Amino acid sequence: MTVVYFSALALLTVTAYFLASSHSAAVSARGQRLHSLPAYHGLLAVSLVIAPMLILWVIGTPLISNLALSNALNLFPTDVQTDSLKSGTALRDVQSFAAGQRSGEASDVLRSAADTYSTWMTTGTYALLAAGIAAALLGIGTSLRLVSPTFRARTHFERFVRIILIACAGVAVLTTIGIVASVLTETLRFFFDPNIKGRPGVLDFLFGTEWNPQQAMRADQGDIKSAYGFLPLLTGTLLITFIAMCLAGPLGLLSAIYLAEYATPQIRRYAKPVLEILAGIPTVVLGFFAALTVAPMIRGYGEAIGLDVASESALAAGLVMGMMIIPFISSLSDDVINAVPQSLRDGAYALGATKSEAIKQVVLPAALPGVVSAFMLAISRAIGETMIVVMAAGLAAKLTLNPLDAVTTITVQIKTILVGDQEFDSAKTLAAFALGFVLFFVTLVLNIIALRIVRKYREQYD
Amino acid sequence: MENTAVDLSAIERVEAARTAHITGAAKPAKVVAKGVDVYYGAKHALMGVNVDIPDRGVMAFIGPSGCGKSTFLRCINRMNDTISSCRVTGNITIDGQDIYDPALDVVQLRARVGMVFQKPNPFPKSIYDNVAYGPRIHGLAANKAELDEIVQKSLEKAALWGEVKDRLADSGTGLSGGQQQRLCIARAIAVSPDVILMDEPCSALDPIATAKVETLIDELRSNYCIIIVTHSMQQAARVSQRTAFFHLGTLVEEGATQTIFTNPVDQRTQDYITGRFG
Repeated sequence: MTVVYFSALALLTVTAYFLASSHSAAVSARGQRLHSLPAYHGLLAVSLVIAPMLILWVIGTPLISNLALSNALNLFPTDVQTDSLKSGTALRDVQSFAAGQRSGEASDVLRSAADTYSTWMTTGTYALLAAGIAAALLGIGTSLRLVSPTFRARTHFERFVRIILIACAGVAVLTTIGIVASVLTETLRFFFDPNIKGRPGVLDFLFGTEWNPQQAMRADQGDIKSAYGFLPLLTGTLLITFIAMCLAGPLGLLSAIYLAEYATPQIRRYAKPVLEILAGIPTVVLGFFAALTVAPMIRGYGEAIGLDVASESALAAGLVMGMMIIPFISSLSDDVINAVPQSLRDGAYALGATKSEAIKQVVLPAALPGVVSAFMLAISRAIGETMIVVMAAGLAAKLTLNPLDAVTTITVQIKTILVGDQEFDSAKTLAAFALGFVLFFVTLVLNIIALRIVRKYREQYD
Repeated sequence: MENTAVDLSAIERVEAARTAHITGAAKPAKVVAKGVDVYYGAKHALMGVNVDIPDRGVMAFIGPSGCGKSTFLRCINRMNDTISSCRVTGNITIDGQDIYDPALDVVQLRARVGMVFQKPNPFPKSIYDNVAYGPRIHGLAANKAELDEIVQKSLEKAALWGEVKDRLADSGTGLSGGQQQRLCIARAIAVSPDVILMDEPCSALDPIATAKVETLIDELRSNYCIIIVTHSMQQAARVSQRTAFFHLGTLVEEGATQTIFTNPVDQRTQDYITGRFG
């Protein structure tokens, strides 16, 4: 049915365009000077067809399905209707039976409910199709009637374009707001919902030094309050991010300087795409590279000089994560350095500066705000990275700053908590939302700082 | 090849004699160019330029856009080296020293030949640091007091000291366009160059700022060899003692400014200064 609806939409769109444009062309051929070219009358007619048909479809489809389901549900006994779990099951049965996917015997109630469901669905979709076509014809009629010397089709179409663009931007913005709101709600439940057993206080969460959500599952055992201490996860995250930045910061920045200032165009043409391929390596691949190659290597070296290295160490995860974010730093810094006006370099060279003096004393200070924001974006990438740390850093929540120890991060714990079957109302599951919210908050703050710096930078040179 | 070289030097000698006769001044030339050709890739941008530029005076290069005058200016401090497709042949000497000699350090050359650009390009640093930049990289000051003195002297020479002496720590980019250009001149003076190159220094400035910069150029000429590229013939007439006219990559005519503007030898110069083309 959807296919039929959209075929009708396509057909009516084409018809609308040709009818309206040829009509307006005919009107102007009769000597009336129109405000807009025929193509704009055509496009306006198209928008008067597409907009109502799409809106009808978006509103109508779920409406029909809801109507059909509620009518089918009315045939079931009252106890099924009131229990949300039972009614859900019943309706799934109805739908699969109506679609013919259910084999075996079916009760009379189910059979009649499925019939009702199918009838409502069929009637509804035909009604929707009819309504859609009627709306489209109305749109075509309106656009034909509007053709006159005083009607500004071009202006009206411009408004339509603006509405479409606003709608597209709106979808992205509303999605963001929705995600934040849902994470925030669950976080608040985690901290303040009295029905959740074993939930920690806000201060216990933020400043507790022990993280052990498994323990809290058994509500009558152990020290429940201290099980959701967030500090070891934070130190683990920051430690790994710090190691990653120690590697990626200098390497990324120096390679950006090389690419922007020293590399010949030929080298640049090959080196830049290669660096961007590094950014394209899936993090899961980097993860097993970290777990299977880097971590044993570090352990080997460590033992050779008499150090006690965990087989999953923060150092291994941090180094590989550093490799992952090098392209972010180098690529962004390269763009920023290239954006520094040539006149500044010329000024330094004309005073007798050597190339490295000009870069160090003039180009880099001028590019500094942009470079800083590149670092900020790289850091927020590193904090949010999951796969590498899952595979290489371990699960032990240990409050340590020793890079040779196994640590765990916020992202790893979120993943660990949510993998497998979970009760949705337990403190353990909700803890994932609290962690997610903290993570979101940290990266948000970093991004805001980065954007601020970028904005300041723009004001300086535009 | 041999013949061309002989021809060129012969022309050069006649030219020099004529020049000395017209200006009546026999100052030794500071910058001497002989048979300078410049190529950008396959494009022959400058052809066989010969010119003597005297010390302690202002030499103006005029000519229509794309005639090669800026290209030639940038040969004198080897700024063209920064353009990879650019190739310079011929001979340019400053005080008799070949500046394209492979043994010569281009950094040293640029410390002796200052440059002021078309658009003011102060570094995004404080006013003080802008002026102190050159002295610092060349180690011209032994201590802070000496550096302070160099900065003050340079800003005074650039007629900017009075306007900025209370805000030396402010950013150089916060000054007005005319002040920025004078700051760039102060920055160039701070390394005590012999020669100052100016590439249309007033083209981004309003008439008042232009007048200030022109007055400044006039004051500086008693101590420096100044070479200025300009699109304004009035400016060339106001500030320079000698003028060279470039057209289509060749130096058409060079002589005392007054002669060039009142009694040019070449028809093309005549046409250009009377506004018939360009």
